[in-house]
Amino acid sequence: MKIPINYTWRSLWTRRLTTILTLGGVALVVFAFAAVLMLANGLREALVETGSDNNAIVIRKGANSELSSQISRDQANIIRTHSEVVRLPDGKPFSSGELYVIINLKKKTTNDMGNISVRGISTEGIQMRPAVKVTEGRMFTFGSNEIVVGENIAARFQGCEIGQVLRFGDASWTIVGHFDAGGSAFDSEVWADVEQVMPAFGRPVFSAMTVRLTSASDFEAFKARVEQDPRTSALEVKRERQYYLEQSELMATLIRVLGMAVTAIFSIGAVFGAVITMYAAVANRTVEIGTMRALGFRRRSVLAAFLVESILLSLLGGVFGVLLASAMSFISISTTNFGSFSEIAFRFALSPSIVITSLLFAMIMGIIGGFAPAVRASRLNILASLRSA
Amino acid sequence: MFVLRLVLKNALRHKLRTTLTILGMAIAITAFGFLRTVVTAWSAGVEATADNRMIVRHSVSFIFPLPISYREQIARLPGVDAVSYASWFQGNYKDPGDWKNFFPRIAVDPDTYLSLYPEFLLPPEQFDQFKRERNACIVGAKIAREQGFKIGDVIPIEGDIYPGRWEFVVRGIYRGKDAKTDETQMFFQFAYLDERLRQEAPMRAGQVGWYILRVDKASDMPRIAQAIDNMYLNSRAGTKTETEREFTQSFVSLSSAILNALKATSYVIIAVILIVLANTIIMAARERTREYSVLKTIGFSQIHIVGLIGGEALLIAGIGCALGLALTFPATAGLANAFPTFFPVVNVEPVTIALAVSVAFLAAVVAATFPSVRALRTRIAEGLRSIG
Repeated sequence: MKIPINYTWRSLWTRRLTTILTLGGVALVVFAFAAVLMLANGLREALVETGSDNNAIVIRKGANSELSSQISRDQANIIRTHSEVVRLPDGKPFSSGELYVIINLKKKTTNDMGNISVRGISTEGIQMRPAVKVTEGRMFTFGSNEIVVGENIAARFQGCEIGQVLRFGDASWTIVGHFDAGGSAFDSEVWADVEQVMPAFGRPVFSAMTVRLTSASDFEAFKARVEQDPRTSALEVKRERQYYLEQSELMATLIRVLGMAVTAIFSIGAVFGAVITMYAAVANRTVEIGTMRALGFRRRSVLAAFLVESILLSLLGGVFGVLLASAMSFISISTTNFGSFSEIAFRFALSPSIVITSLLFAMIMGIIGGFAPAVRASRLNILASLRSA
Repeated sequence: MFVLRLVLKNALRHKLRTTLTILGMAIAITAFGFLRTVVTAWSAGVEATADNRMIVRHSVSFIFPLPISYREQIARLPGVDAVSYASWFQGNYKDPGDWKNFFPRIAVDPDTYLSLYPEFLLPPEQFDQFKRERNACIVGAKIAREQGFKIGDVIPIEGDIYPGRWEFVVRGIYRGKDAKTDETQMFFQFAYLDERLRQEAPMRAGQVGWYILRVDKASDMPRIAQAIDNMYLNSRAGTKTETEREFTQSFVSLSSAILNALKATSYVIIAVILIVLANTIIMAARERTREYSVLKTIGFSQIHIVGLIGGEALLIAGIGCALGLALTFPATAGLANAFPTFFPVVNVEPVTIALAVSVAFLAAVVAATFPSVRALRTRIAEGLRSIG
């Protein structure tokens, strides 16, 4: 016969303080565990959002990012005429040669310098990113020294209000608008007319070119055509989504390795806490256990009852931990991405799989912590335990 | 004395529980020490800077070069003792996706650079070799060990900022003057880079990444910074001059969000330490409610009771802390091995140890407070009646 679950609840309740402390320990560990996963996931999400499956990006071979890449205008003109590239109604190829450089701005809070990416972009380039919406002011006018600033930059860096002027390259640039890019990496960029930015920085070449493909399945054909053409064989074609995913790799790995090392150490501490609590629970209730056995409950029922108690304890802790972590999803952090050497904002992003993993993690801690004490409880000798009071 | 013996006996009553608590404490302290060490390792470069060096870089961003002609102009300024220059080469060695293959590769002017950085120790005959061959390079002892570079080896690099395939011959292996020095860098001759650029990309030749100055007096630094930045205020390439410390700090603060997250995590650990310890002490005190009443009855004062509870907390915390600190060293050594170039210098700082000890002490005090107060408040008759 099974020991009613009510017994478990009541015994947890009787030793409230210890229960709360153990639960708190597990909750903290699960919180840290989930927060790390959320951070790595958030970074990935922000960068994946940035790319689109139908777009392909062309950079120079060996360049790991747009920052160290160069494409000449001649090469760009060859690539954009390939048949896999979509034509706009006016007959122009749907492609955007872009210049990508980094400027320094000071943070509002700490006065520390940050690396801000400036993207020189074309009309087609803006059309290609429909998620980007001007939220305040207006889009820059082509042919002028006007710029628009991503919301993350506007919120965190000095001198980015509309009407203010930034100096970089050989020119002064007036901020005419702020834009929102739906949480993608573009939110951390400054955009301007590529034909103004190139002369200002004395650069006759693009950094990279993005093209819209007629269909995602045309990618391989397009890639082969570009990379086999002797005139453009020094270039490399990547799916835009893949490119941005690679930009997150180093940073996400670092977050995960550091985070997991710490939570692994943490979880051992929490398991010890659970073991201590459950051993104490068994010791305190020796007489009770003897009584239950005398009443006819089987050894395995006692084992199950204590194991369930431990799992319940840690699962509750897990739920609290996940709730605590989900409150973090309102927080976003902004830092330099090592992959691209430029500022990127991302939030703690919760996903169903993180919730499940965290709860499983809590349960495993409960099982490991509760097993040995439960076995001891089930092995108690009836007579000795009844006499032990 | 008697109370001390009682504390020890009490602690040994539940050997398993005490052991587990000590282990739990030890692990939490290790995690704390580990995280703090990561934070200090992150900013290790700042500690390694000299207070008589300054860096001049492009005012818009570090990625833009400065003309080499600035060198003479800067050197003529009063108070400037020596000038050198360098360029960040980067490039890809083997598979760039594996961060173990990343180490800084910098083009320098051998004579002036090494005289400005006396902390890089290079045998004189290797230094001569390094200067004699155009494509020679020197590597730090740590990266040489990590990648198995030996003198005479050729290091092939696929250029990214400077395209093409580059080959460098190892002609020297430098050591650091002390533990703070970064031994993971590779230096090669600036002339090699510049000569090749002159042929392949003439527009990019004659430009350097940054200048390094040595000044006569540290107090002159603000004046010199002003003088240099004013000199180039209206030129194509404006400058930003700062002390080497500020320059390095600005790189560290790029990742300040990550550092803050790590610090926040270390506070969570303090909470975990407290919970583990408090749980055990509260549990023990609860079970001994009757004993405390007995002790009070036979004449022990309140101080003795507090001493018993607090002493046990301190004992467990002390042993746990000592064990945890002992484990911190192998844990951080593991980190140094896993990220050899990302964290070139990993040392457990004395301040980290002091911090860990005070955290353990505080945790013991806080953990003992609640059960002590309860034990003192419990009236003798009530306590004697209790069945733990």
